[in-house]
Amino acid sequence: MAPGLGRDLRHHPAQAFLLLLAITAATATLALGLALHGVTSQPYQRTRAATNGPDVVAYLPVLHRPGRVAQPPAQVTTLVHDPGVTGHSGPFPLVGAVVRARGRAAPAEAEGRSQAPAVIDQPKLTAGSWVRPGGVVIERTFAGALGVGVGDRVTLNGRPFTVAGIAVTAANPPYPNLCYTGGGGCWASPIDRGTYPAAAATGLIWVTGPDADRLATSADPLSTYVLNLKLSDPARAQAFANAHGKGNNAGLTSSPGLAAWPGIAAADGLLVQDEQQVLSPGSWLACLLAVASVAVLAGGRMAEHTRRVGLLKAVGGTPGLVALVLLAENLIVALAAAAAGLAIGFLAAPLITSPGAGLVGSPGAPSLTLPTAGLVIAVALAVALAATLAPAVRAARTSTVSALADAARPPRRRARLIALSARLPVPLLLGLRLTARRLRRAVLSAASIAVTVTGIVAVLPFHATARLTRFGGSAGLANPVISRDEQMLTVLTVMLVTLAVLNVIVTAWATALDARHSSALARALGATPQQASAAVSAAQVLPALPGALLGIPLGIGLFALASGSGTVTVPPASWLAATVLGTLVAVAGLTAIPARIAARRPAAAILQSGLG
Amino acid sequence: MNETGAPILGARALRKEYGREAGLVRAVDGVDLDVAAGETLAVMGPSGCGKSTLLHLLGGLDRPTSGELVLAGQRIDHLGERALARLRLGTVGFVFQAFHLMDELTAAENVELPALLAGVSPRRARRRATDLLEHVGLADRARFLPSALSGGQRQRVAVARALANEPLIVLADEPTGNLDSEATLDVLRLFDSLHTAGQTLVVVTHDARIAATADRMISMRDGAFVDETRLTGGSTGSLGTLAGLEG
Repeated sequence: MAPGLGRDLRHHPAQAFLLLLAITAATATLALGLALHGVTSQPYQRTRAATNGPDVVAYLPVLHRPGRVAQPPAQVTTLVHDPGVTGHSGPFPLVGAVVRARGRAAPAEAEGRSQAPAVIDQPKLTAGSWVRPGGVVIERTFAGALGVGVGDRVTLNGRPFTVAGIAVTAANPPYPNLCYTGGGGCWASPIDRGTYPAAAATGLIWVTGPDADRLATSADPLSTYVLNLKLSDPARAQAFANAHGKGNNAGLTSSPGLAAWPGIAAADGLLVQDEQQVLSPGSWLACLLAVASVAVLAGGRMAEHTRRVGLLKAVGGTPGLVALVLLAENLIVALAAAAAGLAIGFLAAPLITSPGAGLVGSPGAPSLTLPTAGLVIAVALAVALAATLAPAVRAARTSTVSALADAARPPRRRARLIALSARLPVPLLLGLRLTARRLRRAVLSAASIAVTVTGIVAVLPFHATARLTRFGGSAGLANPVISRDEQMLTVLTVMLVTLAVLNVIVTAWATALDARHSSALARALGATPQQASAAVSAAQVLPALPGALLGIPLGIGLFALASGSGTVTVPPASWLAATVLGTLVAVAGLTAIPARIAARRPAAAILQSGLG
Repeated sequence: MNETGAPILGARALRKEYGREAGLVRAVDGVDLDVAAGETLAVMGPSGCGKSTLLHLLGGLDRPTSGELVLAGQRIDHLGERALARLRLGTVGFVFQAFHLMDELTAAENVELPALLAGVSPRRARRRATDLLEHVGLADRARFLPSALSGGQRQRVAVARALANEPLIVLADEPTGNLDSEATLDVLRLFDSLHTAGQTLVVVTHDARIAATADRMISMRDGAFVDETRLTGGSTGSLGTLAGLEG
């Protein structure tokens, strides 16, 4: 059987390639989705190790006494001497500041540090050097949004500074999630003091202790100290925080706010959380499209293989063997596609997560775990299996004589369809009848278009509602979350559209094969090649129309589901109309390729070969 | 009786080759032919002698390797696909051994298809199809799909379709090859009526009884004409008797 399989794949390279491409695209998307689930945990752990990150960060409110300099509160001693605490750094003063650079402004928290490295939470420099008088270090994602690098000039509360370095930390979530509730940080933001408009996100900057003191103003006085703690049992960090602190929102009271490292790690993951929300339904949409492609391909191969099935059975092949041959061909391709999809998925994951990551180094390729690889391979095999099972069983059941004769199944009489289409122009008439003849394929084709349009429409509300591409208007900073979401959605849309293009070509190819007799006959009767190919195109566009229309409510529903808001957001009507029209034009255009190729074959040769 | 006129179809040194060098096959090998208007010509020969290929060349369904082909006063051997399609639409009607009806279309729709392709209004095309189906005795089967018709009925629908655009010439390729005796007789009667009405016919067949109904019979072997006989059966004899199908 194996040499026969090899020969078949060699004899139909285009089919095998299309099948490979369809399953590869689906498995790559799935692998990407699975890979991103754990992509932030490893860099966070690496950053924690590189910076000797704290297990708990305490934010201690300052008690201001009239006529006296602000001092760290008494809770410092209590916390540092707790039996569970094995080490600490700080307390460091935390002051609110407005940073201005390159014509942009943003709220920030400036943490006063010693020029000597701290034992716990010494931010890891990714560029430049550590703080010095007049020299600041900016958190990497914040620096990226500000557009500044080492050596650039910035001002904090109007005082000029030089960017001495860029660094990452495991003690705070990166910009723009510094103020994420439960993730710590954001106890001295100018937004909370009312000195900066609320439509902005706060960033983190390290300065020297004296510089921090100088930044305090009467409107924005020094209000918080930061204390980093190491525990004997890091796994009990959350319990420690719960026992000794209170909620983040109580920052202005006398009780400390404590953030445990798991909460900070989770806030780190916010940067890719939306991507995962998008990728998960996206990868399933891609899988659905792949199933549709594979089903049509297998069906098309089945039509071509009818005579071969007859020959196999005539020489003694059992129905089981026939089914096995067809299944085995697709399974071999599915395995190869799964391997390719895994490789692409794991190579592409860092490309999507690396820009602006507020963690040490680049996230790098996530490790290829056995369960992930197993799941992707299983899905690829299931896709191939599910899609080839029905045609394989049908092939096995086909009578040997009729398979050898390769007789076409006569269409069923549909009186209403005949009455409806009787007065249509010839290409539409033939197209409609071809569609009706292969109803299951038409339904599959409509479903794949519906899935594609669903994906595209689900992306539209995001673009329609993504107002926060910049915080605080055009002069504000870029929102890296929105930028990354847009990047992710673009990647996903491209994948879905690529799969849909494949699907349309595959379906059109199968329809052109089916219609070759009718097309040849129409040409023999005087139809031009253009008229003949227009009929095949019509057979594709007709089911695409309801599919595209169905994709609109499905896409809107998917967006509501994926966003988790439950709010229905309808994109502008012109966008929806353009999506439907664009889809139909694309389908017609893509169908024209196989239809024109089929129409080039001499009509006499097709009629003489008795295909039909 | 039918009067034949000036040639409406002519071929000079017509040749059709397939393959190359050692694998070269001459399906049609230097054929010279004239078919007069109103004439019924039968081309006979064993299977594989090139009859069907010749018919496809004469109808512009295939292009010759070399030679000259004139249809209705126009050289057609060098025409492109689109021009050939237009020519076939208005000038040639085909009848095939395997009927070649469109399975998806009803009998009436199959018959009106050439007229619709020629730009005739749907109403006129339907009226013409109805007339033709009545002529071939299938008015009551107009709304049937081909799968619901017998072989003989399908071939009669195919003949009606071949006449849809009132072609100058009807080319029939083994029109009774797939039919039983009764259906063969029905089709022959139909051809006889066409012959009587002055329709030019070229019928390819390997059945001598069918050929005997023609004005002229050409025998073909290995792609070339080997014999030509002028007959009177097609215009004077009792068709069924000559065909050996009736007592």
